[in-house]
Amino acid sequence: MSDGSHDQPPGSPKSAYFLSHPDEEVERRTLAVLVDNEPGVLARVVGLFSGRGYNIDSLTVAEVDVGQHRSRITIVTQGTPHILEQIEAQLLRIVPVGEVIDITKSKRGIERELSLVKVAGTGEVRVEALRIAEIFRARVIDTTNESFIFELTGTSDKISQFIDLMRPLGLVEVSRTGVLSIKRGKEQG
Amino acid sequence: MTTTTAKPKSRSAPKAEPRTMSGAQMVVEALREQGVDALFGYPGGAVLPIYDALFGAPDIRHILVRHEQGAGHAAEGYARSTGRPGVALVTSGPGATNMVTPITDAMMDSIPMVVLCGQVPTHLIGTDAFQECDTTGITRSCSKHNYLVTDVNDLARVIHEAFLIATSGRPGPVVIDIPKDVQFATGTYVGKAGVHKPTYLPRTIPNADAIKATADLIMTAWRPVLYTGGGVINSGPRASALLRELQDVTGIPVTSTLMGLGAFPASHPDWLGMVGMHGSFEANNAMHDCDLMICLGARFDDRVTGRIDAFSPKSKKVHIDIDASSINKIVRVDIPVIGDCAETLDALLKELARRRGKRPDLAQWKREIAAWRGRNCFAYANSDTVIKPQHAVQRLYELTKGPDTFITTEVGQHQMWAAQFYHFEEPNHWMTSGGLGTMGYGLPAAVGVQTAHPDALVIDIAGEASIQMVMQEFSTAVQHNLPVKVFILNNEWMGMVRQWQELLHGERYSHSYSESLPDFVKLAEALGGYGIRCDSPAELDAKIMEMVNHDGPVLFDCRVEKAENCLPMIPSGSAHNEMILGEITGNEIDEAGKGLV
Repeated sequence: MSDGSHDQPPGSPKSAYFLSHPDEEVERRTLAVLVDNEPGVLARVVGLFSGRGYNIDSLTVAEVDVGQHRSRITIVTQGTPHILEQIEAQLLRIVPVGEVIDITKSKRGIERELSLVKVAGTGEVRVEALRIAEIFRARVIDTTNESFIFELTGTSDKISQFIDLMRPLGLVEVSRTGVLSIKRGKEQG
Repeated sequence: MTTTTAKPKSRSAPKAEPRTMSGAQMVVEALREQGVDALFGYPGGAVLPIYDALFGAPDIRHILVRHEQGAGHAAEGYARSTGRPGVALVTSGPGATNMVTPITDAMMDSIPMVVLCGQVPTHLIGTDAFQECDTTGITRSCSKHNYLVTDVNDLARVIHEAFLIATSGRPGPVVIDIPKDVQFATGTYVGKAGVHKPTYLPRTIPNADAIKATADLIMTAWRPVLYTGGGVINSGPRASALLRELQDVTGIPVTSTLMGLGAFPASHPDWLGMVGMHGSFEANNAMHDCDLMICLGARFDDRVTGRIDAFSPKSKKVHIDIDASSINKIVRVDIPVIGDCAETLDALLKELARRRGKRPDLAQWKREIAAWRGRNCFAYANSDTVIKPQHAVQRLYELTKGPDTFITTEVGQHQMWAAQFYHFEEPNHWMTSGGLGTMGYGLPAAVGVQTAHPDALVIDIAGEASIQMVMQEFSTAVQHNLPVKVFILNNEWMGMVRQWQELLHGERYSHSYSESLPDFVKLAEALGGYGIRCDSPAELDAKIMEMVNHDGPVLFDCRVEKAENCLPMIPSGSAHNEMILGEITGNEIDEAGKGLV
């Protein structure tokens, strides 16, 4: 919508075309992209982001309907509302993309991430790591006398928090799936 | 082209015997079923089976180009001048990579095109085999869609799907990569009936509320402008007819982008001329000062808008486009309308017919426009001794204009002079590389146009630099009896580069002068055509008529003023009302503008 900003005198522009909208704040957005699972479809989606200079913070993809060859790609991205609107429209231009669902904007969105966290140590720190893992309801899926591997599911923030707490306790390695999303309620999409 | 979406056919067609044939035969059969009568291509190892099948298909005319890029641009010219998809056929590896420029060109200008590429056999894919390249990987971002066919039973369906995608919605190029073993394999042919893609449903019918809101604005606007683009032409002749009707009903003055020229007749009193960097003073000032801008099938390209923060500051903006991603991409608009141009114009006309109120009188607005027009922005100082390029195009126009004349161009100053001084009354008669700006587009495009219109006068208005990028295609024209005329405005410079160096780089003309040009007359003769040279204004008319009357391809070397600048001009980073009209001083562009292209 026209906001009258065209009337404003130019500030200190980086580009004379003034494509950025300095009045807009960058937002984080989770998008679920439903696609035909055909060869190259992921490359199309990822190539769109790199080719047009958009960000990808996290990306997950798997076939969700084997019969109909449908895959669901969940992308966490960032941008101004103007850029986010473009991202959605550009995604829908891709021929095998059937639907783009804005999980963040829907208010009914649920986001989860799974992580595997390896922590090594002995004595007091080892006990402390296990204690914190219990608080976070992380499961131990592998153990040696000097290490644990924890499996933790939750929001990205929760996982990041857990990793921060493990850092002084002998954090060795982290593997994260990236964000998965779905909407609450009985309806699809 | 029509943009109605093919819906899956529910009626059960009479069951014909399943037809088995080789993949190569399927290609020919599918092209035939799609009504393809001409094909632009170049053979090679990985497409030999398809070429073998073509050997027995005299109904599909094959134009043998000299370089695969020529095949692509010829297909574009064919498509742009007919409204039907252009088809090109090339081999793997270098054949495919040479097609990348025309594919990107067609993508930028929304030209329907289907490109068939040979590929190494499936068992060799990924082994760096001879003439292997990752064609689908390379063309993914520059095509509307692409396919690698690994099963012969998918081939016919994929080809039909490709035609559907290339020609519907916002048109564009579709690439089909066909490994050689798939061409040899035998499978079942499927016809085009019922072919659809569930995830691909372009929206063509506009939202009724948006149409009402647009009509409301038209009913109250004192200073409206119709800003039209290539989308009107892509939508088909009906869209151009409806645009004329809308203009007739409302009296709104019309301007157009480079790609949209011809949708509205240039002879009309309310025609403003082209908008943008080298557009008319009246069009740009009308865009700047209007209170209602109706953008129809255009996309607010930077060549059109100039400085965005000073772009048409006082107007309400309606943007009608079939591609939702074009809306609010560059300029934020008040009323977005997603739909096909013809469908939208039709709905808008019906809505306006229901309105009873009196619209504001546009007389005052038209007086202002007349004052801008009075500045005569395309004026230039003519000469008796040297041919001015503007004069050359003007004379060419006067001597060749007509419904059976088609103009193509290369890219640069000559292209802009052609857009300024050659005028069009009908759509599909003007073929130019707008978005990508591909030097070398014009001659092969003319080959494609002439293939589709054998009896028409097809002229490529060229520059001496651009033409050298593709001049081997003149030989294609000779071989196939395509009497294209190449009208070269020869100023010995890459004129637009020279102009920008004068404007931006203190007249330091770095590598923009052609030290050793070919003798174009001898070149034409060497290639089996006819060459004409003209360096005198007095002889210009006679020599143009000699070109027109020659029954075969002609290279016309028109020696023009070397230092002429293409004006008027909106310098980069400036607004529509800051045009350079007369002389370039070198101080027009500020630091921010210098960083732009």
